[in-house]
Amino acid sequence: MHFVRFAGSRLVKGVIVLFAIAVLNFFLIRAAPGDPAMVLAGQAGEADAVLLAQLRERFGLDQPLLYQLWIYLKGYATLDLGFSYRQEQPVLTLILDRLPATLILTGAAFIISLVLGVLLGALAARRAGRWSDSLITTIALIFYATPLFWVALMSQIVFALKLGWLPNVGYETIGAGYTGLSRVGDVAQHLALPAITLGLFFTALYARMMRASMLEVAGADFVKTARAKGLPPSIITRRHIARNAILPVVTLAGLQAGQLVGGAVLTETVFAWPGIGRLMFDALIQRDYSVLLGVFFVSSAMVVAFNLITDIVYRVADPRIEVAA
Amino acid sequence: MNFLKRFIRNRGAVIGLVILLAVMIFAVIGPTLFPQSPWRMVGRPFTAPFTMDRFPLGTDMLGRDIAAGLVHGARVSLLIGVISTIVALLIGVPLGAVAGYAGGFFDDVLMRFTEFFQTIPSFALAIVLVAVLQPSLASIVIAIGVVSWPPVARLVRGEVLSLRSREYVQAAVTIGQSTPRIIFSQVLPNTIAPIIVMGSLMVASAILLESSLSFLGLGDPNLMSWGYMVGAGRTRLLDAWWISFFPGIAIFLTVLALNLTGEGLNDALNPRLARGRK
Repeated sequence: MHFVRFAGSRLVKGVIVLFAIAVLNFFLIRAAPGDPAMVLAGQAGEADAVLLAQLRERFGLDQPLLYQLWIYLKGYATLDLGFSYRQEQPVLTLILDRLPATLILTGAAFIISLVLGVLLGALAARRAGRWSDSLITTIALIFYATPLFWVALMSQIVFALKLGWLPNVGYETIGAGYTGLSRVGDVAQHLALPAITLGLFFTALYARMMRASMLEVAGADFVKTARAKGLPPSIITRRHIARNAILPVVTLAGLQAGQLVGGAVLTETVFAWPGIGRLMFDALIQRDYSVLLGVFFVSSAMVVAFNLITDIVYRVADPRIEVAA
Repeated sequence: MNFLKRFIRNRGAVIGLVILLAVMIFAVIGPTLFPQSPWRMVGRPFTAPFTMDRFPLGTDMLGRDIAAGLVHGARVSLLIGVISTIVALLIGVPLGAVAGYAGGFFDDVLMRFTEFFQTIPSFALAIVLVAVLQPSLASIVIAIGVVSWPPVARLVRGEVLSLRSREYVQAAVTIGQSTPRIIFSQVLPNTIAPIIVMGSLMVASAILLESSLSFLGLGDPNLMSWGYMVGAGRTRLLDAWWISFFPGIAIFLTVLALNLTGEGLNDALNPRLARGRK
């Protein structure tokens, strides 16, 4: 019963966040320069007068503001995120088409950075003060300061254009007609560079956190006890220190999921990865505000969903953790 | 003096400070070194770096001097980094102070508000804000400020919570000082050290954020910025790598320098923590 109430309260919180973002989007349309109907049509210059009249009618743009808000929110509640007059498709359709590619990219980057970051951080902490620690710490420091889009571009030059080890851009080889496993392999090859470059910054972040966390736990009383009763150091590190040190890192990683989605805009732009980040970039170029705000809403929804899942998994995995509901 | 000694003992921090000073000097004397507008086409397009004395770092696809762009970009990056951090502090510090000092209902509401901003993917929000408000120096600063204040608010709230029940604060209450005066003259001055540390790290992430925005074409169209230069060279990567390469190095060095300096400040201002961290 306790658990259901916990999950329920989290769900309500998530819905409130999404509601607030929808309200924010509504006001952002009004904040853009020019007639809201024009903004919704996604046209900077001359727009079709009939279309504009239709839009005014549909969104009640001649009605009081609160009524307009009501109509807008009703749209969002029924998953109607607007219509892209540039691409002549509903925004939701556009986004859903692109969503799987982004989920694959961010998912892969998340796993790579978490696994690599935890391993490197743990290794650095075990060797604290020695040269391998300095090496890992320095590398982490470097990638922590490197702009994501620049790493992506440079690795594109080196590994795709000059060395030719990996494909340059795109999601799969166009026209190759691979099916089954060979298609998975093809996508994985295309995925490698975007996922690794997107994950580098986060790898550095998690490695630094893991190292600090390991060193902190290493001073705890229960570690002293374990040492006093004569356990071998490798077991102490693995079972006592690493296991406890990993918790705050995973918590932070869960909270950072949003950053990953944001970073995907840059990576997808560089590698022409057909995800919602690339869609956002295209919408930006075309000043297609409906799509822009739609992507913003959906990526926020992704983060909310991800946080919700992390919270619940946590609660199940470790009942000690009382996440403030 | 103790503070300086502790700062100097951290080798990384000193290196960072030196790089940072170099970037600042370039930003200040830049216009004297390169009096012409960095947008001007001054040479033959696609001049490779280190081949002509006039253009040590080469020229881009329109024949603009890359070295001049870098120096002018330094001003823009530092300016935006510092101002947007100040904006974030101006939002975050009062909010955190009120939440921490008032407690109860206020604290609850303000922290929910903060959490909301932490949940939203910050880069996506920054993109949307700049796109909607139209790219300009002001909109970029606002967008970066709006997405970066939540950690400040949380930090200040935590500090204020722990200071609120100290004896000297109670003494101030007893002698009848007004609440704003207590917050400003008793509580906030004692939170300055961690705010300075966080601020220096925030300038670094603000510079990264600004460069990402202008890489996507959301920079102020009148200002030469490093991110814009990287983005402009993108289409000619294979035959003219230097157009994107050098501005990226400039961003990297500046951000690295700020991070190193920030960590050095942290160790010097909180010696107890620093020793524990090793």
